[in-house]
Amino acid sequence: MYKYSEFDDAFLAQRNAQFRAQVERRISGALTEDEFKPLRLMNGLYLQLHAYMLRVAIPYGTLSSAQMRQLALLAEKWDKGYGHFTTRQNIQYNWPKLRDVPDMLDALAEVGMHAIQTSGNTIRNVTADHFAGAAQDEIADPRPYAELIRQWSTDHPEFQFLGRKFKIAVTGAPHDRAVIKAHDIGLQVVEQDGERGFRVLVGGGLGRTPMIGKVIRDFLPENDILPYLEAILHVYNLLGRRDNKYKARIKILVHETGIDEIRDRVEAKFVEIRPEFSGSDMDVLAEIQDYFAPPAFTDKPLDAYQEAYDSDPVFRAWVDTNIAPHKAEGYGIVTISIKAHGETPGDATADQMRLMADLAEAYGHDELRISHEQNVILPHVHKADLPAIHAALKEARLATANLGLISDIIACPGMDYCALATARSIPIAQEIATRFDELKLEHEIGELKLKISGCINACGHHHVGHIGILGLDRAGVENYQITLGGDATEDAAVGTRTGPGFSAEDIVPAIERLVRAYLEVRDSPGETFLQTYKRLGMDPFKTALYEEEAKADAA
Amino acid sequence: MARAPRPFTPKVVTANDLLEGDVVYLTEDDQWTRRLSEAEIITDEAHAQLRLLHGERQPEVVVGVYLADVSQGDNGPEPTHFREDFRRTGPSNYPHGKQEVSAHV
Repeated sequence: MYKYSEFDDAFLAQRNAQFRAQVERRISGALTEDEFKPLRLMNGLYLQLHAYMLRVAIPYGTLSSAQMRQLALLAEKWDKGYGHFTTRQNIQYNWPKLRDVPDMLDALAEVGMHAIQTSGNTIRNVTADHFAGAAQDEIADPRPYAELIRQWSTDHPEFQFLGRKFKIAVTGAPHDRAVIKAHDIGLQVVEQDGERGFRVLVGGGLGRTPMIGKVIRDFLPENDILPYLEAILHVYNLLGRRDNKYKARIKILVHETGIDEIRDRVEAKFVEIRPEFSGSDMDVLAEIQDYFAPPAFTDKPLDAYQEAYDSDPVFRAWVDTNIAPHKAEGYGIVTISIKAHGETPGDATADQMRLMADLAEAYGHDELRISHEQNVILPHVHKADLPAIHAALKEARLATANLGLISDIIACPGMDYCALATARSIPIAQEIATRFDELKLEHEIGELKLKISGCINACGHHHVGHIGILGLDRAGVENYQITLGGDATEDAAVGTRTGPGFSAEDIVPAIERLVRAYLEVRDSPGETFLQTYKRLGMDPFKTALYEEEAKADAA
Repeated sequence: MARAPRPFTPKVVTANDLLEGDVVYLTEDDQWTRRLSEAEIITDEAHAQLRLLHGERQPEVVVGVYLADVSQGDNGPEPTHFREDFRRTGPSNYPHGKQEVSAHV
């Protein structure tokens, strides 16, 4: 894993001291809120509905056990004993006090972490495939590139005042687990004629105007990554709209200008600035790559694992559902679901964080990942250690076998916390998970990605959920719209609205009717919800949602 | 013919506490209270603007001052919109925020 250099440490110390002084000046009255707000946002500090919220960056979702323990310490010392993992692989603390935030940032700096550029109109935390360095289908670990981009973009003078926020995601595998097509820039590591490079997408995004990213360059040699990104950002910074916040993202620029003209302008700028990059960026990349060398994989007997798998159905269900294939023989990728039925998606207590850190240290080469789907991953675990890990997780209510199932819900904080929200998300997620757990149906239903956002900004990625739920305020009442057919993978698609929304009371029964309709019309248990939707379209689901409801009302 | 202006609906002045972030309301005697039930109900538009200004002049105490709609209930002001109901109560997934405070009293 990347380790901070002296330069990184000094930069962070200076930045934290600056912010401490800014907080003091705000409290003394020397700074107005209007003056202070952009400064606190640059350091990840929001003011939400009930309290301040501190958003801490977890670059490309990678943590050491020491870092995870420090996140637990912050939760306990300055928050209410828990933290919320987000769809940008970050962690949010919901209850910090203004005076405490500088101390929190200093505590983060002790383990090489910060909250810089987790907000504001800058290049945000760069996300990556959470299975990076472990996935079987991977061409290259995307994290060294993500780290290079992080270093380049942090405090980049040209890009501190963009028209709007800017999000970059990187995957090193053809199967996209990082939703790169819904990012301002999506990078996919590819190989062409033995040379490594990137397929570059631009102009994707969710929110008010969801768009799927378009290919701006089919193959970009690895060496050209920073100048090419800089060229894209330059064109966006110059041409992107600043007259209307809702039309300020690069997706609107690409849509209004056309990908071909944007490409021409980017390529022209790229040719102009390419010579300014002397190659030292590639030296930095080489250094970074050393930090991400794969761990020393070992060989262990699997008899005890096999025996547990054969004899313990609970363990078997967990292995079948939550363990993904690993590139190394005998290893697996463990996803720890922090979505126990009825709990808040993405929340982990300080004790749970410490346990996961301990397990990573004991069995997982000291590494953890946070997924954009709001779960925690131990990327490198030998299968021989799975029984011990499962036993420990069970004790802490972390052994829920629901990965990729209907209760593995992405949900934004919604109106329970967020000042922008138009409706609640969390209670809807809790009720859906609880309901399908009662029905004992979710394993029979199989893969189903359900995603909930509490407003049009779509932090809950509802557009790319197989089932998406969007919470709105309709004349002073919470109202939930359903979309179907969204897809967050390499086949990315934006879901289609089914029709009128449902009240908070009616949305969970509506989802149940929808899923029961799927179970009736699927051609075999192997056909997923999304496949059935693609085969049959909206009709059977609309009937289940609206006609059955009308019948029930008439009865 | 010009349409009659919409009748003024009762309001309270609300904000977040600068240091804690907690939701606060302005009382009749110029204090900031954590409880909506203790807030001053404002029924006159001109008075509402004066009270709003009074709140906005305290940037070292509060952040984000605004007028929120309320109705007159048996125990003082009641929110008319669910957002204000969450603000006066706290989140629904944990008994945190104001729910915690009231449990201690």
